[in-house]
Amino acid sequence: MPSLFTRTAFRSHAALALSALGALVLAGSVSGCGGQTDTRHVRGGDADTGKRLMTQYQCTTCHVIPKVPGPNGEAGPSLEKVGRLSYIAGGIPNQPDNMVAWLRNPPALKPGTRMPSMGLTEQEARHMAAYLYTLR
Amino acid sequence: MRGTEGSAPDAPLQSVLHHGGGDAAVIGELAWGMTIAGTLIFAAVMLLLAMSLRHHARPLRPAVWIAGAGVAFPVIVLSLLLGWSTWRSAQLRPQTSNGALAISVTGKMWWWEVRYRDPASGRDVVAANEIHIPVGQDIYLGLNAADVIHSLWIPALAGKRDMIPGRVTGLTLRADKPGIYRGQCAEYCGIQHARMALHVVAHPQAEFDAWLAAQARPAVQPADAILQRGRAAFLDQRCQACHTIRGVAELNNLGPDLTHVGSRAHIGAGTLRTHRGTLAGWVADPQQAKPGVLMPAAPGLDGESLRALAAYLEALK
Repeated sequence: MPSLFTRTAFRSHAALALSALGALVLAGSVSGCGGQTDTRHVRGGDADTGKRLMTQYQCTTCHVIPKVPGPNGEAGPSLEKVGRLSYIAGGIPNQPDNMVAWLRNPPALKPGTRMPSMGLTEQEARHMAAYLYTLR
Repeated sequence: MRGTEGSAPDAPLQSVLHHGGGDAAVIGELAWGMTIAGTLIFAAVMLLLAMSLRHHARPLRPAVWIAGAGVAFPVIVLSLLLGWSTWRSAQLRPQTSNGALAISVTGKMWWWEVRYRDPASGRDVVAANEIHIPVGQDIYLGLNAADVIHSLWIPALAGKRDMIPGRVTGLTLRADKPGIYRGQCAEYCGIQHARMALHVVAHPQAEFDAWLAAQARPAVQPADAILQRGRAAFLDQRCQACHTIRGVAELNNLGPDLTHVGSRAHIGAGTLRTHRGTLAGWVADPQQAKPGVLMPAAPGLDGESLRALAAYLEALK
């Protein structure tokens, strides 16, 4: 679906540019931050809650997720460094809103994916995304 | 692990210390009694030993100690404990199917097949990994094993009973309050012995009757297009070579009956909770969650079919 891709890509570029700007301002106000731009902050997401939710939903049936106990399955990709990846599912720019949308309904972003929509609430997906961005 | 329903949500799912039935209470009482008695005697012996090692220990009369502490004391105390444990053990429920609801449980590597008799039709209702029982009624579990020796142990309800291939053994139990009680295979039976768990769900009688009537019905035929696609994927992937879904395919029962798999809380005999995510992961590659299980992975199954199949299985309530 090229149209979807380009639209998503455009939106994400805009978002990236905006957040980069935001990060620059932030870096200016907080001295000594070593230029670490925090483009992967999930609004309203709590990483610890996300970790617990991932345990509860047993995401490890298909994924390796550090500090989330379970089978460490390999039916899906390992998420050990997911916070560092450029793309989610090999084509969706890896930024918070996309991650939240992906977690809530993967087939909507990538129709052929094996990952089912689990019926997560927006808030649950935000917590999970917050945890995923701690994995670098 | 904590119970999620029933009258005692704070009680652990599997614990010998939190009994949910009379037999487990007797067994628990005996265990506590013996442990306390043994500890007291051990402490007393250690105290005497310490006193005897003192520098200026008083001289004593050996004959009195040998006759008193060496002969009379053990004879009296052990006899009392023996009498008490024999008396309490005799109060355990008699192991008989007389007047009890009979349920058949077959141990397999590494899951449990559970069969009920449908009172309406007289036919067997086959399920897996969950034993549903009515509260306050004697239950007789007829036990058998299909491959190697297993052992059924539901610590909160009763003692252990081995399940031996080619021989029927039995275990009577009774739950006094509604709730979920976890059980486990208690005889090493292969690499996934640890993931051979089951749950006993105790309902009030009316709820149990409704549950059994629902289980006796064949699988619902889906109206939704995605679920229909899932059912087609089940047949395309030849899942029916091992699994039965009553109303869809009833050729084989090598693996668990899936007619109402979505109504069960867990898949893989307590390995994963049942929802479409775990179902998809399990179908894609059960060897990850439970290495050694007979079911092979389905690496060639496309994403859409896999998701549809998982949704279909989840909907088999």
